[in-house]
Amino acid sequence: MQNVDFTLCEGEIHALMGENGAGKSTLIKVLTGVYEKDEGEIFLKGMNKAAVIRSPQDAQKLGISTVYQEITLCPNLSVAENMYIARGKGAGQNWKKMNADADKILKSLDIPAKATQQLSSCSIAIQQMVAIARAVDMDCKVLILDEPTSSLDEQEVQKLFGLMRDLKKRGVGIIFVTHFLDQVYEVSDKITVLRDGKLVGEYEIETLPRVKLVAKMLGKELDDMEEIRDDSLVYKGKDADETVFEAKGLQSNAGIKPFDFYIKRGEVNGFTGLLGSGRSECVRAIFGADRMLHGEVKKNGKKIKISKPIDAMKNGIAYLPEDRKIDGIIGDLSVRENIILALQVLKGFFKPFTKAQAYKFADEYIKLLEIKTASADTPIKSLSGGNQQKVILARWLLMNPEYLILDEPTRGIDIGTKIEIQKLVLKLASEGMSVTFISSETDEMLRTCSRLVVMRDRKVVGELSGEDLTQNKIMSTIAGGDR
Amino acid sequence: MQKNNSKSSVAKAFSGIFRNQLFIPIAALLLLALFNFIMDPSFFAISFGHNSAGNPVLSGRLITILDNGSELAILAIGMTLVTAASGGQDISVGAAIAIAGSVILRVLCGGQVSPEHLQAPIIVGFLAACIVAMLFGAFNGVLVAYFKIQPMVATLILYTAGRSIASWINNSQLPIVNEPKFGYFGGLIPGIPIPTPFIIAVICMIVMALVLKFTNLGLYTQAVGINESSSKLNGLNPKFIKLLSFIILGLCVAVAALIKVSRVSTINYSVVAKDIEMDAILAVALGGNALSGGKFSMPASIIGAYVIQFLTTTLYKFNVRADALPAYKAAVIILLVVLSAPVVREKLSSLGKKLKSGTRVKEVG
Repeated sequence: MQNVDFTLCEGEIHALMGENGAGKSTLIKVLTGVYEKDEGEIFLKGMNKAAVIRSPQDAQKLGISTVYQEITLCPNLSVAENMYIARGKGAGQNWKKMNADADKILKSLDIPAKATQQLSSCSIAIQQMVAIARAVDMDCKVLILDEPTSSLDEQEVQKLFGLMRDLKKRGVGIIFVTHFLDQVYEVSDKITVLRDGKLVGEYEIETLPRVKLVAKMLGKELDDMEEIRDDSLVYKGKDADETVFEAKGLQSNAGIKPFDFYIKRGEVNGFTGLLGSGRSECVRAIFGADRMLHGEVKKNGKKIKISKPIDAMKNGIAYLPEDRKIDGIIGDLSVRENIILALQVLKGFFKPFTKAQAYKFADEYIKLLEIKTASADTPIKSLSGGNQQKVILARWLLMNPEYLILDEPTRGIDIGTKIEIQKLVLKLASEGMSVTFISSETDEMLRTCSRLVVMRDRKVVGELSGEDLTQNKIMSTIAGGDR
Repeated sequence: MQKNNSKSSVAKAFSGIFRNQLFIPIAALLLLALFNFIMDPSFFAISFGHNSAGNPVLSGRLITILDNGSELAILAIGMTLVTAASGGQDISVGAAIAIAGSVILRVLCGGQVSPEHLQAPIIVGFLAACIVAMLFGAFNGVLVAYFKIQPMVATLILYTAGRSIASWINNSQLPIVNEPKFGYFGGLIPGIPIPTPFIIAVICMIVMALVLKFTNLGLYTQAVGINESSSKLNGLNPKFIKLLSFIILGLCVAVAALIKVSRVSTINYSVVAKDIEMDAILAVALGGNALSGGKFSMPASIIGAYVIQFLTTTLYKFNVRADALPAYKAAVIILLVVLSAPVVREKLSSLGKKLKSGTRVKEVG
């Protein structure tokens, strides 16, 4: 990152935008003392000389607090303990007072949690808010929210926004980092755009319409994002009507109701529904990631048994999991090892690929998917989120599956990569691969899927295709309005 | 320009060396060697002679190190795998050696205290020990992999009970093997001047190297150690891989037990291989492997084992009293382990980087 100016006023919500690797995280980490700056100065209100920030503790003392995308609290401690951890002076702790204080803050911020409650018993949104409450109580003047909404559903997002507006009124300056354009326009006052580690500009929200923002982030004018699907991308093989995969009364131990499902060759379909409605659980059941309790599964009309992921893989089914960090990447292993892993496991314990073969595969896919990495030997954890996702995608594409399941493949990655992935999905389908695509963003699903399975409360409640595929229809089916 | 290139490539190599896992153990080995060389060059003298039985034999302190470090090196192989896969360590290997050694004696002596002749071929005794040691390894492995008990706690059970089990196998007797051939494994094979334990250790290393090259043991173990949940979704069976690592360690234990028992042709249940588990864990740590699992380097662990043995032998040479030995050893090892910790290695290599950018700035100015 070089030569970035950034100004945050009191009582302002300032969105920080940019693609993955544009330098948003780096800027934040410099501000909070995680990284040391090479050049430049940081000034704070009421100080006539540059602030010295060498460590997160320094930043905290100056009133700069950060709430990260991944919650960094301790789930097995109570809410109050989480709020006051590592803040006491000396060894003593007045537990009663701590709990009372915590309750007071929670109440003043309208956070529906009790001080004595164990943190892990709260929903993710509440945990997020507790993290914010902790920051607020530390008398923060600058609050940095790094992708706070990526794991929240619509309702929870609204609650979080309420809290943000409330803090704004109290004069807290908020830096808001997100990939959701809607949310930026909903709460922000100003936008700063970064690209390739450089400053593009700072804009008032009214002066920067959405299309222009995207163009600024990408550094180019947009081609028509709305319509990426056309006739040339429809699979036209003779076997286009064949059902590739079929499940009847499938139920896993993850608490979903039994469901039926099928997918045809070259079809792109998807599961939609609110977060936690059981979308991921359905595909996990198909892949054998959760234990199957009941049901019958057929592949190309033949009955098969899938009790663990390797069974599904042997049947040509691939699954890109929802949570990249926990279920996807093997952090310390290289990009090359991460790419070949699934195919290698499929090939067998006693038949390792030679180094040359592995490099060939890795280089091929690094080029094909335009993965930005220093080399095939770079540990995957040092790549940006979008590029990590591409590596995982490469892993499954290398297996050349008949049926590919993508669970939130575009979460937390930038718009450019999102569109790339959507296009890739359609292209694969046109070549005869069946794809199930899950995304929290309905417009993304509308662009890619030709049929949607709608879920509510861990149950399949409907199926939409053709004319019915509209935003409104999906919403009303999810809400159950037309019954 | 050329000068600039060469300088920055030197700096690059410098930071690369620090990042390399083999750097610290090899540097430690060289430092120990240098220290001994300065104090007394005769440390490195190797002489060729004949022992009392008239067999050719190489002798010297280096040979002693290679000889005595064998069991540790063999155990370090298994311990590295267990550490990488489970993110914990097996502290029962010393006790397991007592059990495996006891099994060998029980089979070879057939329950008698000092039989004239072997009651079974040596290979049968060894195979029996392999099976028993692998079973006990599997016991530890099941506790760790399937019942998700912390490895140290799970292996604490066998650590506590192992030596009494060993004693019980032979009815608390101390059988003696009178067959000279049995002594070959811990001594010398007539005609070959190199100590057999070292030959066995080298065979183990070669076998492990081949296994790592021709199977996916390395990739799978690291994948499971780094991210179990992700490995599972890639079709691996993390539980089985953890179990496998403990079984392989069991095999290493059996081999080490054969050497240990063969050295003295008998066994002392409470003393045999005492505290060797700690040295084995240290060897893994000295090799710069994260004790929390994940990526590993087998050569680094093995060199780590020989560093420990080198240190022990050096201390003996300087007539450090046997009861003071552990304290001296600890002091040196603390230093080495801190230096080879991934955190410190990272710092050192970034120091190298700074050096690099520093030289560049100077040249520009």
